[in-house]
Amino acid sequence: MPATPRIAVQDAPFDAGAETARLSAGRTDVGGIASFIGICRADDGLSAMVLEHYPGMTERAIARIATQACERWPLTGCTVIHRHGRILPGEPIVLVLAASAHRIAALEACAFLIDWLKTRAPFWKREEFADGATRWVEAKAEDDAAAARWAG
Amino acid sequence: MKLLYFAWVRQKIGTAEEEVSPPEAVQDVAGLVAWLAARSPGHAAAFADPRQVRAAVNQDFAAPDHPVRPGDEIAFFPPVTGG
Repeated sequence: MPATPRIAVQDAPFDAGAETARLSAGRTDVGGIASFIGICRADDGLSAMVLEHYPGMTERAIARIATQACERWPLTGCTVIHRHGRILPGEPIVLVLAASAHRIAALEACAFLIDWLKTRAPFWKREEFADGATRWVEAKAEDDAAAARWAG
Repeated sequence: MKLLYFAWVRQKIGTAEEEVSPPEAVQDVAGLVAWLAARSPGHAAAFADPRQVRAAVNQDFAAPDHPVRPGDEIAFFPPVTGG
């Protein structure tokens, strides 16, 4: 039976260490846990990133993506935590964890999860700059290309 | 039907949500977009290039030919940029 993903959409920071420990706690069949942590960069004098989401649909979309990962790879567990609201440079935005008996499943599922989150989960980033200017981040063709490699 | 707007679509229209009752001729997402674009200058600006706007019907992504019905929750937003 596929693992049940743990999903959270929250404004608070997350504890990557505690989340990682949770995936192997009390079990001895986990051989590896792959992780991705997305962090806010301070490109071009960025002072903050504000993430808007669609409450309800966002959780649903992430759950669907994570469920697909659990069906496609033999995962013992997976976790996706995505923050919303105002995030400062250096702060984490998203955590993806994929646990499996073997590394390849964990690493591939982790890459799949972040690639699909970027293109299929309803979040929108607005950049704020030190001079008061703001700018909506535009979707990138390279993100679509990265997501497309998992199709089929 | 209940409409929700996000990101710059919300900013251009000037509201995050509204309740509308389009005429019966409006049958799908594309028809709704065309009808909405005539509602106000803000709507016209948001839907000026419909290819830049994505839609969801009842919290699932929906193509322009997806049907819309009274009671639906329909959202319009730019291509997503999370992760």
